[in-house]
Amino acid sequence: MSVGVVMLVHTAFDRAEQVARHWAAAGCPVVIHVDKQVPRAAFAAFERALADVPQLSFSRRFRCEWGTWGLVAATQATSEQVLASFPEVRHVYLTSGACLPLRPVSELIDYLADRPQTDFIESATTSEVPWTVGGLEAERFTLRFPFPWKRHRFLFDRYVALQRLLRVERKVPGGLVPHIGSQWWCLTRQTLSAILQDPQRQLFERYFRRVWIPDESYFQTLVRQYAINIESRSLTLSKFDFQGKPHVFYDDHLQLLRRSDCFVARKIWPHAHRLYDAFLTDPARAMKKTEPNPGKIDRIFAKAVTRRTRGRPGLYMHSRYPRKGREYGLTAAPYSVFQGFAELFENFEDWLAKATGARVHGHLFAPDRAQFADKMTVMNGALSDSASLRDYNPDAFLTNLIWNTRGERQCFQFGPGDTQAISPRLAKDPNAQISVISGAWAVPLFRSNADFVDLRKAAAEMQKVESAYLDTLRATETKARVRIWTMAEFIEAPMEPLQTILDEIDPRPQHRLAEAPRMADLTGFGQFLQNLKNQGMHPYLMGDFPVDQGTVVQDRDAPRKPYLVR
Amino acid sequence: MGVLGSYRMRWARKRLRARAYRKSFQLRRVADRTKEIRPDDILLFSTQRNEMPRLSYFLEYYRDMGVSHFLMVDNGSTDGSLDYLAAQADVSLWQTKGSYKNARYGVDWLNHLQGRYGHDHWCLVVDADEFLVYPFCDTRPLRALTDWLDTCSIRAFSAMMLDMYPKGPIDAQPYLPGQNPIDIACWFDSGNYTMSRNPLYWNLWVQGGPRSRLFFSETPERAPALNKIPLVKWSRRYAYVSSTHMLLPRGLNLAYDERGGEKASGVLLHAKFLDTFSAKAAEESERREHYDDSREYLGYVDALEGGQQLWCKWSEKYINWRQLEILGLMSKGNWA
Repeated sequence: MSVGVVMLVHTAFDRAEQVARHWAAAGCPVVIHVDKQVPRAAFAAFERALADVPQLSFSRRFRCEWGTWGLVAATQATSEQVLASFPEVRHVYLTSGACLPLRPVSELIDYLADRPQTDFIESATTSEVPWTVGGLEAERFTLRFPFPWKRHRFLFDRYVALQRLLRVERKVPGGLVPHIGSQWWCLTRQTLSAILQDPQRQLFERYFRRVWIPDESYFQTLVRQYAINIESRSLTLSKFDFQGKPHVFYDDHLQLLRRSDCFVARKIWPHAHRLYDAFLTDPARAMKKTEPNPGKIDRIFAKAVTRRTRGRPGLYMHSRYPRKGREYGLTAAPYSVFQGFAELFENFEDWLAKATGARVHGHLFAPDRAQFADKMTVMNGALSDSASLRDYNPDAFLTNLIWNTRGERQCFQFGPGDTQAISPRLAKDPNAQISVISGAWAVPLFRSNADFVDLRKAAAEMQKVESAYLDTLRATETKARVRIWTMAEFIEAPMEPLQTILDEIDPRPQHRLAEAPRMADLTGFGQFLQNLKNQGMHPYLMGDFPVDQGTVVQDRDAPRKPYLVR
Repeated sequence: MGVLGSYRMRWARKRLRARAYRKSFQLRRVADRTKEIRPDDILLFSTQRNEMPRLSYFLEYYRDMGVSHFLMVDNGSTDGSLDYLAAQADVSLWQTKGSYKNARYGVDWLNHLQGRYGHDHWCLVVDADEFLVYPFCDTRPLRALTDWLDTCSIRAFSAMMLDMYPKGPIDAQPYLPGQNPIDIACWFDSGNYTMSRNPLYWNLWVQGGPRSRLFFSETPERAPALNKIPLVKWSRRYAYVSSTHMLLPRGLNLAYDERGGEKASGVLLHAKFLDTFSAKAAEESERREHYDDSREYLGYVDALEGGQQLWCKWSEKYINWRQLEILGLMSKGNWA
């Protein structure tokens, strides 16, 4: 009883020879198919090189082009030859020249001898698996594909479009249910010969000749007609990336491959000397009767595909520059933006840093420079505080800052005195937690020692800017978490909103505020606002302040709920 | 844009090729070993001028990586580097006394040589102070990368230029021939890069790093471009437009993903800031053969002579490619 090996080769003949010898040395008959496109000289040299190996022969050559019938024809012919020339063969294993046996062949033989009736072939219905790449799922079987995709992409695409337009739909013959799966299988003589000797083979062939990538569906579909016991998995470890290209194994995968306990892996890079040396010339490996376990390799390749298709959110670099709407997150991590807090509370930044452990910056978008925490002039990632560098690309400044400080919550102050170019970005970013006490910009004006004419002008300007900012935040496209209080509202009961904000920054439950920030002395603030009004400049963003209202009145009626937008 | 734009680009490309041909008459053959180039060799193209101390490590670095043949243009060296290169068995050498600036900073010369010898080869175009780092470069040779790019039908591989600098004054530790310059200049800026898309050529325009941070903080738009596409499966129809920043046809510049994913990419470690820099900068600002009349160099000379350091508290020390990948300066993409 033995395992016959069918080997499809089109390149890297030295490696193919090495592997073929390895199979043969373990007593497996080998039949090799060499692509017809290989020049005759190269083929002859290959044939000569293997002439001394017993139980090894070459099959008739077919032209094999990716995604076309040639591959199936080659497999059929080669399998027939194995079955006919080597009657002792019970299982036929389909491999390629880039396959590498990872475990001693004797283990594979024993494994298959223990399962004499089992066919190992990945076979799943197209409607139930999302494997296929390129939008051709069920259509693989219902359209015709006479043009090779690699050479005649244009014709291929146009012909598909035409058939879609004409609503062409082929009938699947003989009650077959289309299945797809990995091209690399291991079938029993019984099943394989049943497929090859089927009286309806001509009919099926005519159908599959025009199916897209028949090597992944011909055997996978027909096996369902005859097999007694299908194990729907491939014994060959073969991973595909998001474009349907096989992943390649290199020297640095050695340990991973060893631990996978798979029998065969593909594709191996032909120059991966360490892999070939390790797996082909080291038969004295401990016999482990374990099932193949490619879980770890699966994870690595799955991660690679995610990296390629979704990338790392919040990262902008020279090979990831998402268009608007395709960012999967504008920034890398949540952060908080405070407007009016540092104006209303005297020690807000220190207090916030102490209460949350977050990094609390001043006004990052101040006109003169970015006010980093601790008065730093350069931040993580060597981000400069220069205003002109920042304003050259404010979006990049923000995303860089958040990316560079991954793992540490960032908070910063914002206000109508700052450069406003970043505000649309802030509003659109779901990672932004924006809290605004509207009108609080009046407090520094109130406490300043400037001429009233200048104050009036500054107040008018600030009110205009803040009002525009609030409009941005209230727009329907806003994705940020926005909370807006008028100043009057806020000072009535400041603790509740502060607690809400802190809870969101640090969602540990038993986290009560021990110490409140110190509010600026507002005695006479109402009168100050009234003076502005008397001068014809009506400040309205801070809400209603009675002229006589001085400091905070703690126990009024029930505090109003914070105004929450989204 | 549309069809008209594409047509304009087509002519721009043809002009570049014609220009390269015209400038090729400035090249004088010194050592021609191009007959030894085999069909699937990886080739390296470079122009150099008075880089003698750097050359031995440079050649060794890329030989180890798997470059089979070096095609170099010497632009009037006077330090013996011409003879040194001519004596190397895997270097083909051309010499020119022509103006570096008029050959668009050497691009025309190399465009010509690439068209002539690089067709259907993977071609790497780097300067003597640029060292390519790509994913898995510590365990896989460059051929593994190019083979993989071939199977994925990718023609161009992007590598951002990363300015490396030493801690302390740049001339504190002298660079000795044969030494790895990254041992001295082992610090870099990890996260202050900005980018935008060039609507005409479709390439990304990356700026930032220490030069932008220190020398261009008031005029950031003038900061040098750091985006590079140094590794291309060349065709005689292709042309570099300016340095290796962008190519024609434009499709080659799309070495970045716009749908949120990451394409595989590398980094060019740029070891310009060594003790050799001051002399070089003085010479170049004299010669005015560099971009923008070497204005860039003048700025550096002023600043560095004033004792300014490139190093800052947040500079990152170079370890390996994995570090660069975690920092987001390069990506494995779907190569695993």
